[in-house]
Amino acid sequence: MAFDKKSWMAIKACIFLLSLLPFILLFKAAIQDQLGANPVQALHYGFGDWALRFLCIGLALTPYKKITRQSWPSRFRRMIGLFAFFYASLHFLVFIVLDLSCSWEAFKDEVPKSPYILMGLLTFFLMIPLAITSTKAMQRRLGANWRKLHRLVYVIAITALIHYFWLVKADYSRPLVYALIIFLLLAYRILRFFLKKSNKSHSVWARE
Amino acid sequence: MLIKGKADILGSEITDRAVFESRRQFIKAAVAGSAALMLPGLADAESGKYADVLTGPYSEPLVPTNYEDVTNYTNYYEFSTNKKDASILARALKTRPWSVTVEGEVGKPGVYNLEDILKDNPLEERIYRFRCVEAWSMVVPWIGFPLGEMLKRFEPTSNAKFVEFTTLYNPDVMVGQRSSVLEWPYVEGLRIDEAMHPLTIMATGMYDDELPNQNGAPLRLVVPWKYGFKSIKAIVKIRLLENMPDTAWNKSSPGEYGFYANVNPDVSHPRWSQKRERVLGSNIFTAKRNTEKFNGYGEQVASLYAGMDLKKYY
Repeated sequence: MAFDKKSWMAIKACIFLLSLLPFILLFKAAIQDQLGANPVQALHYGFGDWALRFLCIGLALTPYKKITRQSWPSRFRRMIGLFAFFYASLHFLVFIVLDLSCSWEAFKDEVPKSPYILMGLLTFFLMIPLAITSTKAMQRRLGANWRKLHRLVYVIAITALIHYFWLVKADYSRPLVYALIIFLLLAYRILRFFLKKSNKSHSVWARE
Repeated sequence: MLIKGKADILGSEITDRAVFESRRQFIKAAVAGSAALMLPGLADAESGKYADVLTGPYSEPLVPTNYEDVTNYTNYYEFSTNKKDASILARALKTRPWSVTVEGEVGKPGVYNLEDILKDNPLEERIYRFRCVEAWSMVVPWIGFPLGEMLKRFEPTSNAKFVEFTTLYNPDVMVGQRSSVLEWPYVEGLRIDEAMHPLTIMATGMYDDELPNQNGAPLRLVVPWKYGFKSIKAIVKIRLLENMPDTAWNKSSPGEYGFYANVNPDVSHPRWSQKRERVLGSNIFTAKRNTEKFNGYGEQVASLYAGMDLKKYY
């Protein structure tokens, strides 16, 4: 799409505000006491859901570009990724500050015994290096290693899913929806990887 | 067995009835006032059907959780696994006429009309703590009667060692039963001494009025020292049995939900700690409450489990 620089900035600002909207709405509901009987859980789950959604959106950008040959959404890849980290951070903060009330005692009682919380913490910690190295300067500094490092996002998607599955009591329908989306997005990449490989070997054969 | 009541409680420990009532009236007025804006029809909760029912024994002067919180945050998988959706979908259930089938090791089996059951069993109010296995809790002023008194009228035989309860199965209305998240109908059970314990009640109302559908209308079990999933809703069948019945959550995940399911902060659920609980309706900055063994009813019920390894029989 042919837009000038100013228009791109405007589009970027719109996407930024749109991505911030879930936070604004949840925050407003919390202040106005409209989160229901268990507001801490509502905030905690709300932020967790949005972290996972932004992760899915972020993973969808490359396949979208390859399939439609439209590269403009990929311009926002860093922003989307950072929003996934933003919501994951809020999810983590609500857990530490509101759920555990910053109590080390509570942390010791509740965290080591909960495989799903441990998996959640692992997921969050894996996101930190990606957020830190998300700047253009870091990208340049790390060179080829940057791409390798950022492949961690595939691991993150999977550990996030496991975190969700391990938490659920009996009804797996919601984590299954995310699992299906993430499966398709990862399967696309695997398929492309193998297709490329076989194409390469074909051309090698042809030359011989 | 001999069951000692809570007779040794000091008179001074119990809030004076007048003080308590005025507090209740204040709370009720507050609930009605705030709810009236959103839910017409709730405003007359103050003059509920059971407003004259007296508070029975074992009721501590606890402050009940907000009515709105108790009625909009319910685990009722027969309708939905989403607590809010379940409370809306449950409105479709017709709770009259209603009957309860009594079978098994009893002298007087039969199909009993709910109205007859209610006529035979004088109602009283019981204000109990309620602790869910999901680590949240609330305080509910139930209206009901002791299960034991009702069971005695059916004349259990000496072979009756367990009681099994079954929820209504009606996937046309109970839309959650169309998917197999649990094995339907929902079944729960108690050991006979647990069932006969005076703390165990059958509830038909709460907050001075009839039970809202989402809270288990028209007849549900309330066992305050056990996790909430034991307190089965919308009961249509009671069987007295010689052997321990298979119960719904136990069938679904035996490693996670035992038959006894006594509230116990020392025995973690395999996936989360049970040491603390989120009190419903509390402010977001309020810390969780420390969970008490037997949900604080140990004085009355601990003797039922004397000599039992509660880590094994969770």
